Amino acid sequence: MSLPSPRPAPQQPPRDLPRLMTTPPILAMTGISRRFGDVVALQDVSATVYPGEVLGIVGESGSGKSTLLRMMNLEDSPDSGDYRLAIPGAAGNLFDLDRYRRRMLCARHVGIVYQNPHLGLLMGHSSSGNVAERLLIAGERRFAVLGGRAREALDASEFPLERIDARPIELSGGMQQRVQLAKAIALEPALLLLDEPTTGLDVSVQALVLDTLKRLQRDRAITMVLVSHDLGVIRTMADRVMVMRRGRVVEEGLADQIFQDPQHPYTQALVHAKL
Amino acid sequence: MTLQTPLPAAPPRAAPPCAASGAPAPALPVIEVEGLAKHFQMHHLGQRLDAFAGIGFTLMPGQFLLLTGPNGAGKSTLLRTLYRSYLPQAGHVWLNTAEGRIDLARAADVDVALLRRREIGFVTQFLIARPRVAAEDLVAEPLRLAGAAAPEALETARAALAEFGVKRELWAAYPSTFSGGEQQKVNLARALILPQRLLLLDEPTASLDAGARAALLRRLAALKAQGVAMIGVFHHPGDVAGLIDAELNLDSRETRDVAQ
Repeated sequence: MSLPSPRPAPQQPPRDLPRLMTTPPILAMTGISRRFGDVVALQDVSATVYPGEVLGIVGESGSGKSTLLRMMNLEDSPDSGDYRLAIPGAAGNLFDLDRYRRRMLCARHVGIVYQNPHLGLLMGHSSSGNVAERLLIAGERRFAVLGGRAREALDASEFPLERIDARPIELSGGMQQRVQLAKAIALEPALLLLDEPTTGLDVSVQALVLDTLKRLQRDRAITMVLVSHDLGVIRTMADRVMVMRRGRVVEEGLADQIFQDPQHPYTQALVHAKL
Repeated sequence: MTLQTPLPAAPPRAAPPCAASGAPAPALPVIEVEGLAKHFQMHHLGQRLDAFAGIGFTLMPGQFLLLTGPNGAGKSTLLRTLYRSYLPQAGHVWLNTAEGRIDLARAADVDVALLRRREIGFVTQFLIARPRVAAEDLVAEPLRLAGAAAPEALETARAALAEFGVKRELWAAYPSTFSGGEQQKVNLARALILPQRLLLLDEPTASLDAGARAALLRRLAALKAQGVAMIGVFHHPGDVAGLIDAELNLDSRETRDVAQ
């Protein structure tokens, strides 16, 4: 895709603060900046997610979208910035927590699905064992409960239950993503983070995984943050969209507005480059 | 650029029909549009495409406003701007909601998303089918989102599908496999199932068969009687002749240029 020549960013029409939405956001990030050496990964990024909605983050490789998602999962800390989640036991700026508390908080309340299943799964353990591990970390010790809930989560992710003992390494890419998804939703997280969950899958498999996500979103009203470079995926899933480029948010809006009336030259180029 | 936008003479109805059911409803307008302007900045061409400017009108409960003008005059653009699929450059779109007066031209995105679930409907001729969602579930969904129990929502959805002439065998099937005409009926049943405060209609009668068109008119008349305000674009305005209270003509710049 050819990038538009740099022009001054057009002014976004001003928007009011929410008035009708009285439920506080479940996720609020403000002023996140992060450098890796000389590279600016994130520059003053803010994001807000309300309960039950799907926020899509779109941008090309290196835009900072995955870095931002990792921060939401507390895997990395910014140089500056504030992160709050409206969940029990999460008071103050979550970047102030130590590693142990971060891990416990995310294991209990935040689910994540990575593009690369090796990041999210133990490839040599059974699929049900992978899901049960998440429950174990959260403190569940009863064997029958572990098995039952792992099965339930795999079923909700539309994983074929006859393959529950198969190791992820023996499974297709689409099935591996379903195991990751089952692990992510097993504890009914307040927030589900999806990092390019269907990238690299065959188109037909991709459609099935997205369909499962849609179904979960509809039936359980799970709040999701979905990162993808694929506009089709974002369009299918997201209620609101944030467009990132070079570590900054260049545009934010309702999904249909971003696709039908993009304001920023970069967003226009992205939307027009879509097949 | 300025357009002649004759303010439709809003007949001052003392009591909108919806007031009959409950307390005397204060006769607040549903929507008040002031000085609305929209253009598209096409950065890759370095060009600006003007759609409209200086649009203003007021619509009371139960009123039906017809948008007229040649192709390209900006009728659909205006509907999409009111729905906030398009961001206006200037002006206000005041909506009197259950929670107070809100300007759709600049309301927060999450507020617009909420209003689309509760108060503003948009009807096009196209169904957005979703894989593996049955027609009856698709139609029932707006009711479910508004808090209706599943069995009641399903029952209402089935009645709506029957009303629009969708065959009973298809109710539990996935509309992604339906013919265009059947998809359109499912779409209308879904879009019109929940009486909303404001309904935007973008050529919903296009390519409908006679039976479905009659069903659509019955449904629109019923919603109007309940106090739903409507703004519509119709290729054949004769289809809705009996419902129209006012017209807004969006003259196209192209035609004027030619005329000069």
